[in-house]
Amino acid sequence: MPLLWLTVIVLGLSLVGYLLGRQRAMQSASGDSRALHSLPIYYGMNALMKAVVPALGLMVIWLLAQPLVIENRIADMIPASATADDTNLGLVMAEVRRTAEGLDNAVAAGLMDEDTASNARADITDVTARLKQAGQVVTNQITQPVLRAAQAYRVMSATSNTIMTVAVLLVALAGAGWGVLQSGRDFRARNVVEQGILVILIAAASVAILTTIGIILSLIFNTIEFFRLYPAADFFTLLEWAPSFSGRGGASSLGILPLLWGTIYISIVALIVAVPIGLFSAIYLSEYASPKVRGIAKPLLEILAGIPTIVYGLFALLTIGPLLVSVFGKDGVGWMGGGRSVMTAGIAMGIMLIPFVSSLSDDIINAVPQSLRDGSYGLGATRSETIKQVVLPAALPGIVGAVLLAASRAIGETMIVVLGAGAAARLSLNPFEAMTTVTAKIVSQLTGDSDFASPEALVAFALGITLFVLTLGLNVFALYIVRKYREQYE
Amino acid sequence: MTDASMPTSSDAKPRTPLTTVDARTKKRKAAEARFRMYGIAGIATGIFFLIVLLASIVASGTGAFQQTFINVPVYLDPAKLDKNGNRNPAELAKVSTFGYTPLIQEALLTQVQNNGIETPLEKRGDMKAMISASAAAQVRDVVLGDPDMIGETVEFRILASSRVDGYLKDRVKREDVARDKNIDAEHLDLVDALVPLGIVQKTFNIDFITGADASESRAEAAGIGVSMIGSFFMMLVVLVLALPIGVAASIYLEEFAPKNRLTDLIEVNIANLAAVPSIVFGILGLAVFIQFMHLPQSAPLVGGMVLTLMTLPTIIISTRASLKAVPPSIRDAALGVGASKMQSVFHHVLPLAAPGILTGTIIGLAQALGETAPLLLIGMVGFIASNAPDSIASGLLDPNSAMPAQIYEWAKRADPAFYERAWGGIIILLLFLITMNTIAVILRRRFERRW
Repeated sequence: MPLLWLTVIVLGLSLVGYLLGRQRAMQSASGDSRALHSLPIYYGMNALMKAVVPALGLMVIWLLAQPLVIENRIADMIPASATADDTNLGLVMAEVRRTAEGLDNAVAAGLMDEDTASNARADITDVTARLKQAGQVVTNQITQPVLRAAQAYRVMSATSNTIMTVAVLLVALAGAGWGVLQSGRDFRARNVVEQGILVILIAAASVAILTTIGIILSLIFNTIEFFRLYPAADFFTLLEWAPSFSGRGGASSLGILPLLWGTIYISIVALIVAVPIGLFSAIYLSEYASPKVRGIAKPLLEILAGIPTIVYGLFALLTIGPLLVSVFGKDGVGWMGGGRSVMTAGIAMGIMLIPFVSSLSDDIINAVPQSLRDGSYGLGATRSETIKQVVLPAALPGIVGAVLLAASRAIGETMIVVLGAGAAARLSLNPFEAMTTVTAKIVSQLTGDSDFASPEALVAFALGITLFVLTLGLNVFALYIVRKYREQYE
Repeated sequence: MTDASMPTSSDAKPRTPLTTVDARTKKRKAAEARFRMYGIAGIATGIFFLIVLLASIVASGTGAFQQTFINVPVYLDPAKLDKNGNRNPAELAKVSTFGYTPLIQEALLTQVQNNGIETPLEKRGDMKAMISASAAAQVRDVVLGDPDMIGETVEFRILASSRVDGYLKDRVKREDVARDKNIDAEHLDLVDALVPLGIVQKTFNIDFITGADASESRAEAAGIGVSMIGSFFMMLVVLVLALPIGVAASIYLEEFAPKNRLTDLIEVNIANLAAVPSIVFGILGLAVFIQFMHLPQSAPLVGGMVLTLMTLPTIIISTRASLKAVPPSIRDAALGVGASKMQSVFHHVLPLAAPGILTGTIIGLAQALGETAPLLLIGMVGFIASNAPDSIASGLLDPNSAMPAQIYEWAKRADPAFYERAWGGIIILLLFLITMNTIAVILRRRFERRW
């Protein structure tokens, strides 16, 4: 793994820089560290940072940019005829990459020599056969332009890699050298190093911004691509969700409304389960329970929050579903066809949300000042009257905020609905019928074998952006309500 | 309230003694008791759900740790396995599992007949329903490891088929067998006769913990071991990336950040990222890491990177809390004896906040370990990892699964035998989570300082 070695060499160089920088500084102070501006290690650190940071930064940027640049140049090489009919450029490029990788692996396995792999006039059937023999995944026949492009791809990658290695090593050497040369008794090494560390800290803090930008860009670009292939009006207004599996677009009807309905219906069921239980638990825990009961019951409820959602999914599918069927199914009332339904997923999700609602409300109720309660008791109210007429009204904005946050959690929940809610998109009022949600469809559209360029796969990004906007909106709204209506106590 | 506080109406009504409770007070007291009951009922329901959940996990999952095996001496017929008789490993390897299956079936049939069990199953092929499809591969691997065995009769402990296993675990019922084309009632009679002889035996199943997933038809051979390794490598990536980045970001925000637009932007971003559904991180991983950067699909490295982004807000929030808990007097003292701001943070504040940071990191890791949805999108599912990775690089880059993704994969399959595996997998997953959380709690109890 040459990349690993490159990193190791850069780290080695920086270590040498550290030792030399430190030594040089000590020499300039003729061995007495008190004569230096900074502690000796800062001179070493200066050289070390100057060697490592720019070199590794260059490596990362190069690795990110390299595929883009190379693909642009390769894309120009592929004749229009290869992309004319039913395939598009992305698919051909994937083919080129696969072939190039296959050639690399075949050469590495010793089944093909370097000459054959890079011979532009190589016999296509022979190459294909050899690739297959080497256990590489190739489509039945590599076409001439694809092979050419793959060979060019290999050459370019190889040169680019060499240039990168040389450049990274040069940068590391130059940085280390610069740092060592700077080391002298009057050089303010500590200030420079601390500035450098501060930059690194800022960079780490910016990862959060980069993540958000990454999410938004990846959602938006793919959604735009989707709306180029599929009319946006249909997506938002069609009452039917029926992706075709064979055809490319055309026959599919991809309306989001049934999915949104399923999502909202399941979330409502979940909230109906979670809000009363969670709220009453919170009231009891904060107003009535003795410290001992609180110390036992609160952690027990919070265990529910620590259980992974896949467990709730399985619980819905294998425990709640059969239980509901035995009551509401064919042998009982007859409302329920199969184990997967809105109720199945909703109840499991409700159980998951209980600790979420209870611990948020608990905090909020505890934040209501004791003086309000004392005032109410002083007027002769009982505990429950105080809670109902004084504490809860004071805590209401916070509780509404907590419920909205729980709703946003319910809308974004995936594993429970994937396992418990079913796969059929439907607009129906019967809670014992199987429905599906936005998240479940994102999973099913992106985990199949369909290629990423088809509207059936790209629709997942449009669903994703809807989900993102919906949950973000709910969160912002919850915070807004809490801020706007919060009582300020001193 | 007593009558004394309501003097206006007291003249008309006869005075009641203070000790008797009037109707209104009774009502209010009843309302009080009712309200209290609602609270207790709420908590009781919550805890009831927890108990039902844990009970159904334990009840359905413990079966996966037991497996039915058949002890049978197999005659390794040289005529079938080594036609040339030269014990050449290359030639032996050419005999596929199809060469071994009849030998095993024959061996079991002989065993049945030698013990004088009466059964209508008299043909070799009738034994097929009893033996796992993996048994032949199991025997073949042993033979290829030691070719000198050929020609001898060797005692093997082979896997029973999942129906036989299910029968001994009460999953397969006699009344359902009539509709099952994989096994007949006669086979169950035979199993009943073989169990007291010790030929069919249910024992602890170490292969479930160490083994790899198996194909759809061989539930009895599926194990969670390889996906455990996948999860381990992902947690390694999360730890290596999320801990330094999270701590660095928290230090900046808590200690150095000036009050300005950029800082506000970062704070809002972190708060919002903590609320973004996990599946959106999966979409990000798919679009950026796989489509854009062309990192390998299904690789634990990519899974770890996605989970890193997902757990960063958790780690940042808890790290900031523990940095904030270090009193300003520590910083002031350090600054007072001539340390720079950076030195005061790195030499004094950070070590004092370390236990809190560690606790937050472990909780973040536990959260990442149980996360499934983003892994489905980057393809860490539906892949049958047949063997464990042999090096760190292959552990990071070769396709693998993760424990929760493996459990999901089993839950999707049609055969109920896999459900038992899924529950069993959940027990293992929960054991890991409990261990991690216990460590976090102990760390907090032991090292937390009150200032």
